[in-house]
Order: sequence, then structure tokens, then C-alpha cells
Amino acid sequence: MADDDLRVLTSDSYAGPGDAGRTGAWRVLRPVIDYEKCAPAKSGKAACFLCWLYCPDNVVSKTLEPKIDLVYCKGCGICAEECPPHAIAMVEESKFSDLEAADMVQAGAVTAGADRD
Amino acid sequence: MEAKKTRAVNLTEEELVYPGNRACAGCGLNILYRIGLKAIGRDAILVVPPSCLTVMQGLYPITSTQLSVLNVTFASTAAAASGVRAALRAQDNDHTKVVAWAGDGGTSDIGLQALSGAIERNEDFLYICYDNEAYMNTGVQRSGTTPRGAVTANTSIGGKRERSKDVASIIAAHSPAYVASCSAAYPLDFHDKIAKALGIKGLKYIHAHTPCPPGWQMEEKVAVSIARMAVSNGLYVLYEIEDGRMTLSEPSAKLLKKKSLPRVEEYLQAQGRFKELGSDDIAAIQSDIDSKWAAYRRDMAGAAA
Repeated sequence: MADDDLRVLTSDSYAGPGDAGRTGAWRVLRPVIDYEKCAPAKSGKAACFLCWLYCPDNVVSKTLEPKIDLVYCKGCGICAEECPPHAIAMVEESKFSDLEAADMVQAGAVTAGADRD
Repeated sequence: MEAKKTRAVNLTEEELVYPGNRACAGCGLNILYRIGLKAIGRDAILVVPPSCLTVMQGLYPITSTQLSVLNVTFASTAAAASGVRAALRAQDNDHTKVVAWAGDGGTSDIGLQALSGAIERNEDFLYICYDNEAYMNTGVQRSGTTPRGAVTANTSIGGKRERSKDVASIIAAHSPAYVASCSAAYPLDFHDKIAKALGIKGLKYIHAHTPCPPGWQMEEKVAVSIARMAVSNGLYVLYEIEDGRMTLSEPSAKLLKKKSLPRVEEYLQAQGRFKELGSDDIAAIQSDIDSKWAAYRRDMAGAAA
């Protein structure tokens, strides 16, 4: 009973993605990975993963071909800056057609954000 | 002598923070929060006062964090964490970790008294202070750790006139179980120091330098490289203090071997908040760094040999 009283008094949130909405909409520049240069993608072996490590927003996957969840990527560009072989380019969002953008959002949602919707 | 270091390749893939939170793009704290929680794990209770971290955790009813967080008043962080530990003890729970995580304002200014008391009582929890060098989430007002000369919302003319507080040294003067400093440029060092601290009983304190692109007036993409520069030019030092003995962590320890350190100008000029600094001010900052390192070389020459 005491527990029930406490439950009324506290406001507990539930954990989930996107408490600030689809933050990919903040992005001005989009990270595009060149897998010809990316160390794990090129060698087929687990290596580097600095883009995954330094991503503030947890939108890069730790996979041989790292994938970026464009639904939530804020476009800060730290991954591009920290990538040792400079495999990530930051490309203006306006360069992508709406259709492409929709595709990329889909791809992103499937890779990094599959369990988050 | 050192425990083995975690590398990105073998760091756990499990994420305890969801994407899409309210942190600004390029947030240094967001990097350390994500990586730090990997070291803390799910069996933990976080105690957080008002700070950017509260903003990142989100507005009711959604939070980006997958473990229990207790949001407390500004001044009470360490007192509340002491209470959480006492409650766990009353339940015979000796496995759940208690981690207080506050900003520099919440630590160096408002929360210092409660923290000092908790260290003196040697409470059993880890206290992490992330230092972005101002009250960032309220719009960049100067804090106790804002460096001299930095322009903030309320030091807009000429920058802050006062020297910053060295909070980690204030804490170290209490002789807690463990003190360490970390940087957002070295998230794995942060991860390993948290893991080590959580294995020690008593009060542990970690001070983490977290770049803030909007507050420091710099591009988001350089957040990590600017933080790294602060370590490589000797301005911000990474170390651990155990049993009163200070050891430099690897990124800082290698500076001991260098005859001269990179000049601090590049770091200062990369940030808009230092635009009011004149050449005399920069020379004074450089001379502070040089005398600090002269002391390290003197004190640690014996230890290194």
C-alpha cells in the first residue's frame, strides 16, 4: 500500500528513442560512408569502429559496414572528423532528393533503429 | 601493473541510451554518457541534479536512458546519492551501484557542500562531474569552472575575470578513495576509470572535460578534436589519485617525455568564447601551463625512473 502511494507521488518516465522527436530533421549535412576506404568494410574484419565510439547520439552501428541511422543522426560530423582514413563525407542534405531521403530513412530505421519504433 | 585497456573493437555493443535525445549536435557529454553507461551497466541507480544531463534524459513521459534515474534538487546530489545507498543497504542490497552525475555548476558551485560532506562520511558511491565550463543548458552563464577570459552570457564584456576552480584538487584534498580526470576525447579511458572506480569501496570522484559546441562557440564536428587538443597541449591533465598518490594517465603521461608542449593558442583561437583574450592573457595562460608541467616533471621524474 505504501508502494502504491509512492507511485502516485513520483512521475516515472519510460525509456524510448526520440524524446526530442526525429532528430534527423536537425541535420544540415549528411554523413556518407565510402566503404572502399572504411577499415572494417575493406578488410572484412572487426577494426577501428571509431565512428561508432565517438558518435554522441548512438546512431552508428558497430558492424563491418557501419550504418548510420538517419532518422536520428543530428549531423554533427564528429564521425567524419575522427575517421582515420577519412572515409566519411559530410554532404549537404539539399543534394539528396526527397525520394532518396525517404529511402535512407527506411534503411536507417531498419539497421540501427529496428527495435526503436 | 595496469589493468588491460578497453579498445573500441572489444567495447560492449549493448547501448543503454536511446538516440533522438535533446542533447545538442556534437555534445561532448552525450559521448561520455553513452560510453560511461556501458561501464556502469544496468544494475545501477543514477542521481542527477538539474543539468544538461537532465535535458538529455528527456521530458516526461519519455527518457533516453534505460536505467533508473533519480532527478534531485541542485544542491542535494551527493546527499541524495548517500540516501539511495542507505536505502539499498537497508534492503541488504550490496550489488546495485549508485552513481551521482552532475555538471560543473552543480558540482563546483551549488552541490559542493553536499559533496564535501559525503566524502567526509566516505559514502559508497561514484560521483561524476562533467565539466563543460559553464551553465550550458540555461544559456551559457559562467560557473566556478569557467576559465578566465571566457565569454559567457554574463561575462560578455572582457570575458570572465576570475580564475577557474580546480574542483578535482578540492575533492582530492578530502582524500576520497579514488579521484580521476577524464576527457570526452578519450571515452575509453573514461570507461576504464569508471569500471575501476566501481570496484573500489567508498567515495570515488571522476572529473570529465566535455566540450560544448554552442557554449564554446565552435563547430560541432571539432568537439572531440578540441577536447583532445586541451589534453595534448597540457592545459587539461588526465590523471588518477589513489591513496594520495597521483599518476598521469597515458595521454598526459607521454607529455612528460616531450621537451616542449604545443602552444595553447591554437586551442584558444579555435573557440569563439576566447575571442576577448589579448596576447598578454594568452601568454599568462601558457605560463600557467608551463609551470604546472615543470612541477610534474620535477615530482614525477623519480616515479618514472
